[in-house]
Amino acid sequence: MDWINLILIPAIKSVILVVVLLTGFAYLTWVERKLIGRFQQRIGPNRAWKFGLGHPIADALKMIFKEETIPNYTDKILFALGPGLALAPSLLIFAVIPVGPTLRMFGKDIPFVVADVNIGLLWVLAVGGIGTYGTVLGGWASNNKYSLLGALRTSAQMLSYELPMGILIIALLLTTALGTADGSGTLNLVEIVRMDRPWWLWAWIWLAFPLYFICMLAETGRKPFDFPETENELVAGYQTEYGSIKFALYYMTEYLHVLGASGVAVSVFFGGWRGPFVEQFPGLGLLYFTIKLLAMVFLFIWASASVPRPRYDQLLKFCWTFLFPAALIYMAITAVGVVLL
Amino acid sequence: MSYVNEVFRGAVAIAQAFGVTLKALLSSPLTVEYPEQPAAVYPRFRARHELRRYENGLERCIGCMLCEAACPTGAIHVEAAENDPEHPTSPGERYAKVYDVNLMRCVFCGDCETACPVEAVVLGHDFELAVYNRAGLLLQKEQLLNPKAPNVVVRAE
Repeated sequence: MDWINLILIPAIKSVILVVVLLTGFAYLTWVERKLIGRFQQRIGPNRAWKFGLGHPIADALKMIFKEETIPNYTDKILFALGPGLALAPSLLIFAVIPVGPTLRMFGKDIPFVVADVNIGLLWVLAVGGIGTYGTVLGGWASNNKYSLLGALRTSAQMLSYELPMGILIIALLLTTALGTADGSGTLNLVEIVRMDRPWWLWAWIWLAFPLYFICMLAETGRKPFDFPETENELVAGYQTEYGSIKFALYYMTEYLHVLGASGVAVSVFFGGWRGPFVEQFPGLGLLYFTIKLLAMVFLFIWASASVPRPRYDQLLKFCWTFLFPAALIYMAITAVGVVLL
Repeated sequence: MSYVNEVFRGAVAIAQAFGVTLKALLSSPLTVEYPEQPAAVYPRFRARHELRRYENGLERCIGCMLCEAACPTGAIHVEAAENDPEHPTSPGERYAKVYDVNLMRCVFCGDCETACPVEAVVLGHDFELAVYNRAGLLLQKEQLLNPKAPNVVVRAE
């Protein structure tokens, strides 16, 4: 058995990825607080260390050392399981996202993706779906009306918005049939990123981006669609009863979802790690991916600063009467186009 | 058709919202970093009392006790004494030997200031009044004559 290729290298890659993601998460909170501050003409956190860069560390320490309480009236096993069940899938999404081209290191070709699997996008959808369980179970196990309402809202919102999102992804997968040699298309994110597409196909794909972005906002439960927690209606939604590190895990999940969704969107819509001169210097791919990812995260934060939260019925109405038909029309036109071409 | 119109208008409204926030992002923050930077106060702002002097160094207060009489809460206590003709403390016949202000009672109404015939007592701009014990709020003449800021506060009117 070739244990170096099968176990050692993927293990090292996943350890690096997890460490980078978890530090990235901490500083993403800093970036968000700073940016939101500037959007509101404030300065944002600036007390701990230079530019407030010590705040994420202080927050992490505070969270860890807080008293951990499990209320008596909760379902204790599910209560403890919830945050983990939410966090693990949000980390797993990144397994199939190519963060860079294949690099030659230590005499081996090392692709910059943890799992180069042919069901890439399906994996993203499936794992993202499991992530909903963490939220719903957490809210259910808390045995608290606010938590339960938050959890119910989450499940309805996720299910509704997964539909237009899935249809848009189907349309995008249809376009990959134009790029593969045998014309059968691919689900593999590594191949989707590598694919050369003519400019009119890019333009057509980008046309779907605003719709997809709205779906992403709802799926990650970010403002303006932060119905799972809606603090002015539901205290804190599904995480009302959580404290200490369990609360931090939910918090982490939210930001990792943002990173994961951004990674997927960058790979599908904006060519992942590709950019000028990346053929000559493969290392640049990593840089391009990071820049594109940060731009996408900026878009998330910008949206949360700009748009107020709609009412809950408006959220569902918008999904079923506008987003879903629009996605269907988009997919139909794409399908016809792909068949004709 | 009206539905398409509505969708279009909504999209334009959201784009406008994005524009507003982007403009805010590109302008500089309005925050005053207060403990590091001084906070601006209005000219008529009334905070801690100050006893002023003339330019030649003589105290303005002549110990007439009108401020004590005018004070609605009894926060001011003045005891007057005769000036030494050789070394006068104030230009008049008398000066304030004791001038105490109890900031726990003071309501910063400014009546003492209005009552004062020689513009000696002024409610200045020093609003950082927090102290660690009650004694710190009982101000005596020395503290009122030597406020932290230079003795130049003049009301606009």
